[in-house]
Amino acid sequence: MSAIFPKWTNWLPLVLALVAALAGGAVTAGVAVYVTPKYYRVGYQPVQPVPFSHKVHAGQLGLDCRYCHSNVDKSWVANIPSASTCMNCHNQVLKDDPRLAIVRESATNNTPIPWVQIHIVPDYVYFNHSVHVNRGISCVECHGRVDQMDTVRQAKSLSMSFCLDCHRDPAAHIRPVDKVTDLGWQWDSDPAKAAKMQEINGTKFVHDWKVESLQSCSACHR
Amino acid sequence: MRYAISILLIGAFIGGAVVGMLGLPGRISSQPPVEIYSDRYFPGMDRQPKLRPQKPFEFFANGVSSQLPPPGTVARSPGVATLSGVVHRFEDNPFNTGMVTGSTNFIDVNPMPMTQALLERGRQRFDIYCAPCHGRLGDGNGITKAIGDMPAVANLHDARIISMPDGEIFNTVTHGKGLMGAYGPIVPAEDRWAVIAYLRALQLSDLGTTNDLDASQQALLNHTP
Ligand code: HEC
Ligand code: HEC
Ligand code: HEC
Ligand code: HEC
Ligand code: HEC
Repeated sequence: MSAIFPKWTNWLPLVLALVAALAGGAVTAGVAVYVTPKYYRVGYQPVQPVPFSHKVHAGQLGLDCRYCHSNVDKSWVANIPSASTCMNCHNQVLKDDPRLAIVRESATNNTPIPWVQIHIVPDYVYFNHSVHVNRGISCVECHGRVDQMDTVRQAKSLSMSFCLDCHRDPAAHIRPVDKVTDLGWQWDSDPAKAAKMQEINGTKFVHDWKVESLQSCSACHR
Repeated sequence: MRYAISILLIGAFIGGAVVGMLGLPGRISSQPPVEIYSDRYFPGMDRQPKLRPQKPFEFFANGVSSQLPPPGTVARSPGVATLSGVVHRFEDNPFNTGMVTGSTNFIDVNPMPMTQALLERGRQRFDIYCAPCHGRLGDGNGITKAIGDMPAVANLHDARIISMPDGEIFNTVTHGKGLMGAYGPIVPAEDRWAVIAYLRALQLSDLGTTNDLDASQQALLNHTP
C-alpha cells in the first residue's frame, strides 16, 4: 500500500500552495502595474500631422495658452485652434516652409487638420475645463509641463483616483487665478517655503472662493 | 530543491519577458492606448453614440462634428450691459459693429461703461492676444519681431492710431487689416472693447508729461536728496 504515494508527495500540498501563492502574487502585481491608466495612457505621444511644438510657441515665444486654446476659460472643452489662428503669424513667419503646408491648405480651403487627440476621458465622465481654470487649477496639474514638450504626450493618468485625489483636497493644488497658464510658476523657489505658502494660501482661497470638495458620484457622472 | 529552483527561474523568466515586452509605466508610445471597456465588448460604455466637438464625423459633407450655424441663426444669450442699455449679440448695434447703426461711420467712443474692472480685463486680454506681436507696451516690439522676424507690426502709439476713432480700431481687431489677422472669432466683443479701453490707457501713459502729476508728486520728483 505504501508504494502508491511515495514519500515526497507529503510535500505536494505545500509546494502547490507556494506555487499558487507566487503565481497569484505575480498576476496581482502585473494587474496592479499594467491594467491602470498610469500604464496604458501615460506617455501616449502620437505622431501629429504638423510638427507643431509647444516648446517653441508656449515656452520660447511665451504665448499664453489662451491665445490658441481660447475657449478653455469659457466652456467645458479646450478647443484646438483653427488654422487661421496659426496664420495670424505664419502668413509672415516661415511663410513658405513645407512643414506648414497642411496649415496653409487648411486656412485657404477650410479643410480640417487631422490632429490626433491625446487626452480623452470616457463618455460617461463629465469634465469641464472652465470650472477648473477659473478656480485656480492650473493646466500643469492635469497636463504636465506642456510648455517644455516638443510633441505633446499625456503626463498624468486622468484616472478616477487622480481626479478624486484633488477633489478631496483642493487646497493642496489651488493657486492664484492669474497664474493658471503660467506652468512653471511656484509660490517660492525654496520648496519648503513654497509648501508652507501653498498650505496657508490654499486654505484661504478654498475658504474665500467657497470651493467645494466634490466627491459625490453625480458630480462627474451625470 | 531542483524543482524549486527551476520553478523560480521559469517565473523570473516570464516576469522578465512581460516587463521587457510591456515596458515600465510612463514609457513613451505612439500607439493608441488600449481601451479596457472597448466598444466591441462593452458597447456604449467608454464611447457612446454621441458627438463631441471637433471630431471626425462622416455624416456632414465636410466630415467634422462641429458645424457652423446656418446663415441667419441667432445665438441666444443674456446680452451685455453697455452705456446705451443691454445689447444682444445679433443686433445691428455699435457694440457689435463699431459703426453708427445704419451707416458705415465709426463710433468715436467705447460703448462700455468705463470701470477699473474693464481696464483690468483689457490689460489681461491685451497681454494674451496682442502682446505677442505689438509688445506689452504696444510699441510694436513683441516677441515675434525678435524671434519670428515679423517686420510689419504696427506701433500702436503712432499719431494716426491715437487719433483713430475707437470704432475703427474695433473694426480692425474684429476683421483684421492688411497683414494682421481677424480676432473677432476668438475674442468676444466685450473683451475687444476692454482691450481698446486698455489700449487708450497705454497711449495716454505714453503721452503723459510731468505736468500731469499733481503738486505733491511733482515735489517728490524734483526733490534732490
Ligand atoms: C500657438 C498655439 C498654441 C498655444 C500657444 C498652445 N497650444 Fe496647446 N495645442 C495647440 C495645437 C495646434 C494642438 C494640437 C496638436 C498637438 O497636440 O500638438 C495643441 C494641443 C494641446 C494639448 C493636447 C490636446 C490633446 O489632444 O489631448 C494640450 C494638453 C495643450 N495643447 C495644452 C496647452 C497648454 C497648457 C498651453 C499653454 C502653456 C498651450 N497648449 C499653448 C496649439 C497651441
Ligand atoms: C505668435 C505667432 C505664432 C503663432 C500664432 C503660431 N506660430 Fe508657429 N512659429 C512662430 C515662430 C516665431 C516660429 C519660429 C520660427 C523660427 O524658428 O524661425 C514658429 C515655428 C513654427 C514651426 C516650426 C517648428 C520648429 O520647431 O521650428 C511650426 C511647424 C509651426 N510654427 C506651426 C504652427 C502652428 C500649427 C500654429 C497654429 C496652431 C502656429 N505655428 C502658430 C510663431 C507663431
Ligand atoms: C482638472 C484637470 C485639467 C485641467 C486643470 C486642464 N485640463 Fe485640459 N484636459 C483635461 C481632460 C480630462 C481632458 C480630456 C477631455 C475630454 O475627454 O474631452 C483635457 C483635454 C484638453 C485638450 C484637448 C481637447 C480636445 O478636445 O482634444 C486641450 C487642448 C487642453 N485640455 C488644454 C488645456 C489647457 C490649455 C489648460 C489650462 C488653461 C487645461 N487644459 C487645464 C483635464 C484638465
Ligand atoms: C488639481 C485639482 C483637480 C483635479 C486634478 C480635478 N479637479 Fe475637478 N474640480 C476641482 C475644483 C477646485 C473644482 C471646483 C469646485 C467648486 O466649484 O467649488 C472642481 C470641479 C469639478 C466639477 C464640477 C463642475 C461643475 O460644473 O460643477 C467636475 C464635474 C469635475 N471637477 C470633474 C473632474 C474630473 C472628471 C477630473 C479628472 C479628469 C477632475 N475634475 C480633476 C479640482 C480638480
Ligand atoms: C500676429 C501678430 C499680431 C497680433 C497678435 C495683433 N496684431 Fe495688430 N497688427 C499686426 C500687424 C502685422 C499690423 C500691421 C498691418 C498692416 O499694416 O498691414 C497690425 C496693425 C494693427 C493696428 C493698426 C491698423 C491700421 O489701421 O493701420 C491696430 C490698431 C492693431 N494692430 C491692434 C491690435 C490689437 C488691439 C490686437 C490684440 C487684439 C492686435 N493688434 C494683435 C499684427 C498683429
